Amino acid sequence: MSSEIVRPITRSRGRRRPAPTPRVLAIEALAPLTIVGGVVWAIAQPYRVAFIHRDGKGVYDYLFQPPLLVVLVGVVFGLLIAPSLVRDLLEADERAEG
Amino acid sequence: MSAPRAEIAHWITAAAILFVGLLLLAEAIVGPEVFRRRAWRAYAWPVAAVVGGVFLWLIAALSTFSTLHLIAHSLWAQAAMIAGGVQIAVIRGSLTSPRWSLVTAAALFLTGASFLIHEQNGWLFSRSAFLHHLIGWVLVASAVFPVGQALRPRRLVWSTGFALTFVVVAILLFADRDVAPIFGHLSEFAGGDTP
Repeated sequence: MSSEIVRPITRSRGRRRPAPTPRVLAIEALAPLTIVGGVVWAIAQPYRVAFIHRDGKGVYDYLFQPPLLVVLVGVVFGLLIAPSLVRDLLEADERAEG
Repeated sequence: MSAPRAEIAHWITAAAILFVGLLLLAEAIVGPEVFRRRAWRAYAWPVAAVVGGVFLWLIAALSTFSTLHLIAHSLWAQAAMIAGGVQIAVIRGSLTSPRWSLVTAAALFLTGASFLIHEQNGWLFSRSAFLHHLIGWVLVASAVFPVGQALRPRRLVWSTGFALTFVVVAILLFADRDVAPIFGHLSEFAGGDTP
């Protein structure tokens, strides 16, 4: 087994992440809250989701369903924006603490 | 394939505006110093405004509903592009004064005013008319946030209020339907029973 790949568990885990600050929690909450908003909307108004109410729906209705668009925005923000922002925020906080 | 209905164009716009709102909210939470550490993140919202302006020009060119629609969409397009362009210059460091936020305030006010002017029906004519009035007043009122940023740039309330304006406008745009009642009212001229 190559020692390039296998490392002691303590080393591969890296540094332990510090306790999240309110700002980190707020950033991490934005995407889940948006996704939950979209899901709650889909449950409250299922007729806005073409997959559930198919009568008289066209191509655009399937492509752009408002509650699912909200979920999509949350997912994109959670995958593309939030992680790097949290990383930068933690670095800035560490630097400020010296 | 036929062109999408107006409400679908509004929902797509709502999704884009919601994303920009989340970006601005994130910037308000972490502060501009941390948010602008990565160039792509710093330029995201101004570039979105410029690109949105280009799409609004396309809609203005292709929309044939009325002269008022044409003028309103052209004004929004121009306002979005100017506000986005100024913000790009601010982030590049070409413009340094916080007073440049007044351009954003003017763009919001102009956008809100054109929403109000180009809606010719009353509040309860239909849901679309109601939303035009409400979005118009929300945008006019929200112009106070960039004015605050210009005068007191460090106050969190201005950046948070500015961000939440986008979230509120996105919610209102998501509520839009081409023909739908508002609080049980739908004018007979819009296809309903009540005059």
